[in-house]
Amino acid sequence: MVQATGSGEVAILGVTKRFGPTTAVENLDLTIPHGSYCCLLGPSGCGKTTILRMIAGHEKPTAGDIRIGGQSVLGLPQIQRGTAMMFQSYALFPHRSVLDNVAFALKMRGAGTADRHAKARELLTKVQLEKFADRLPAQLSGGQQQRVALARALVTDPSALLLDEPLSALDPFLRIRMREELKHFQRRLGISFIHVTHSQDEALALADLVIVMNAGRIEQLAPARTVFDQPGTAFVARFIGGHNVFACTVEAADGAGARLRGPHGIAIATARRGLTPGSAIHVALRTDRIRIKRAAQRLMAVGAGGGIDMPRGSLPSRVAAVEYQGAVVKLRLEADWGGELTVTQPDQSFYVAPVAEGDIVAIEWDDSDVHIVG
Amino acid sequence: MRSADGSRPWTFYFFAAFFTLFVMFLYGPMTVIYILSFQGPQGGMTFPMNGFSLEWFQSLFAQKRVGEIAGAFVRSIELALVVAVITVVLSVVAGLAFRRRFRGSAFVFYLAIASLIMPGLFVGLGIALSFRLIGVDTRWYTSGLGAQLTWTLPFGLLIMFAVLGRFNRAYEEAATDLGATSWQRVREVTLPILLPGIIGVTLFGLTLSYDELARTALGVGSQNTLPLEIWAMTTTITSPALYAVGAVTTAVSFVVIITALTAIALIQRRRARIVQE
Repeated sequence: MVQATGSGEVAILGVTKRFGPTTAVENLDLTIPHGSYCCLLGPSGCGKTTILRMIAGHEKPTAGDIRIGGQSVLGLPQIQRGTAMMFQSYALFPHRSVLDNVAFALKMRGAGTADRHAKARELLTKVQLEKFADRLPAQLSGGQQQRVALARALVTDPSALLLDEPLSALDPFLRIRMREELKHFQRRLGISFIHVTHSQDEALALADLVIVMNAGRIEQLAPARTVFDQPGTAFVARFIGGHNVFACTVEAADGAGARLRGPHGIAIATARRGLTPGSAIHVALRTDRIRIKRAAQRLMAVGAGGGIDMPRGSLPSRVAAVEYQGAVVKLRLEADWGGELTVTQPDQSFYVAPVAEGDIVAIEWDDSDVHIVG
Repeated sequence: MRSADGSRPWTFYFFAAFFTLFVMFLYGPMTVIYILSFQGPQGGMTFPMNGFSLEWFQSLFAQKRVGEIAGAFVRSIELALVVAVITVVLSVVAGLAFRRRFRGSAFVFYLAIASLIMPGLFVGLGIALSFRLIGVDTRWYTSGLGAQLTWTLPFGLLIMFAVLGRFNRAYEEAATDLGATSWQRVREVTLPILLPGIIGVTLFGLTLSYDELARTALGVGSQNTLPLEIWAMTTTITSPALYAVGAVTTAVSFVVIITALTAIALIQRRRARIVQE
C-alpha cells in the first residue's frame, strides 16, 4: 500500500491550477530528483504552497499530471502517494499524547496497540523525544513539537516529505537550529524533502536545489549557490537579495564583452559575450562586490551622447544611509545620475576609512562582476 | 487603569456603580426567594421570617398542595434532554456542512437565524394554530418540542460557527494525510477537538429549553412544562411553596451549567498545560 522503498522522484508535468478566476500555477514543469533537499522559494501568493498541496493530494490540478516514482498519483488518496506532509503549524492533534500522535497513521491502518506504540517509540527515539511520549503537544516547546510532527510524518515511511513553511512558527534562534536538524534528518533518511519557504536564508542554507517562483511560474531552478551568484532573472536577483539590479540596453558587443547603457545614461561594461546590440537586458551587481572610495571632488565627465562616462565603472554618489549590521555595514547610496545603490562592506574594511551620511564617494566594480540576468 | 497620580477616572466609578446595580437586580431578588423558601410552617410570602423549615420543599412532592409540579419538572427535564440532543447533533452536522460554502448557503443560514429575531410568542401561536388547522393535538413532545427547536437550533448553529471559525483545518488535512478515512477523521480528530464547543452547544440546548416560556406556552398542549407550571402557580398558589419551586429549579440550572463548564475547563486545561520541568 505504501511505497516505502519506491523512488521519491516527483515529476510535475504541465500542471495548471486555477481557483475560480485566479491562476495559482501556470503550465508548470518540474522534476525533483529522489533524495534531494529541494526548496520552493517565493513571495506569498506565488503558487509554491499550491504545488506542495497538489503533490500531497490536498488540491487537484486543473490540468497536467503529477508523478511520484514514475507513477501518476492523480486521483490517488494522500496516503497511497508515498508522501507525507508536515504542516505549517504542525497540526499536532491537541487531544492526543505525543506517542498517539506519532502512532496515528498506524492506528488508521488498523495496527494493534502494541505494534503501533513500538514503532512510534522507535521514531520518537530517532528524534530524541522518547522521554516525552506521554506528554500532550501543548506541553512541548516549539522545537520539540516540530520533531514530533517530523516523527508523525515519517511513521508512514514516505519516499518524499513535504514541508509547508515548517520553521515559520519558531523564534529566530530556534529556527536556525531546527533547520540544521531538518537538513541532518534529510541526509540520514535519504528521502526527498520538498520544503516551501519565503525565506531566502532558509532556502540557501538548506537546499540542494532551489526553485524560485513568481506568479505561478518558475523563475529559476538551480543549486543554491548558482541562484545567489548567478540569478537567472531580475526577479530572482531582487528576491534573493544582495544584488543591485539595473535595466540596460546593449550598445555594442565584441569578442571581449559588451558595452551597456544603464539608467540615466550611465555606462556599464561587462565581460559577457554574445549579447545582441540594441536588446534590453537587466544586470545584477552584488552589493558586496562594489568598492567605495572617498572622493574629494566629483569625477564626472559628460560624454558625447549626453550620458556620463566613467573611468571603468566608477560612479560618484552621495551616502544616503549607513546601517551597521554587525559583520557587515550596509550603505545606501544616491548616485548623481538619480539612481540608488546598496553596498555592503565587511565591518573591518569599512572602519578603516568610514564614511558618513552626506559624504560624496566614488564607487567602482570589476566588469567581471556585472552579471547579465536577462 | 490608574492614572499617573494613582486616582481612578470617573468612568471607573460610573461603571462600578452600574455593575453594583446589575448585581443587585440579578442576585438580590434571587437571594430573597431562596431565603423565603425556608420560611417556617406558619410563615407567609413576605418577610419577616417566621422560623425556618423545609416544610415548603416537602410540600412540592405532595400532589394535593401544589398541583402537578413534580410531573412538570420531569417533563421539562425530558424535553430539555431531547431538545439538547437534537440541537447538538443538527448544529454540529450543519456547522460542518456550512464550511463548504454550498450554493445558497448564505440564504439557508439567514433563513435559520431569522428565527432568533421573531417574537417567540407569535412563533408559538403560529405553531399552535397550524396544528389545529391540520387537526393534530398539540403536545409538549410534538408541537412543544418543535417550538423549542426554533429557538435552540439557530443558537446552536451560531455557536458552532464561532467554534469552527477557530478550528484549524490543517488538523483534518493531517488526519487525511496519515490515512484516516473521512469517518475516522471525524471520529478521531474533528469531534474530539471540537468537544468543548459541542458541550457548550449541549448546555445551551438544555438551559434554553428548560426555561423557555414564550414559544412553548401556546403549543404545549394539556400538560405543562415547568416554567409554564410556575407561571400558572404565581396566580393560584399563595404560599412559600412557590419560592421552594424557584429555589429547586434554579439549583438544577446551576448544576447543569457548573457541570458543563467544569467539563470544558478540564478539557481545555488538559490541552493547554504549560511545560512543567
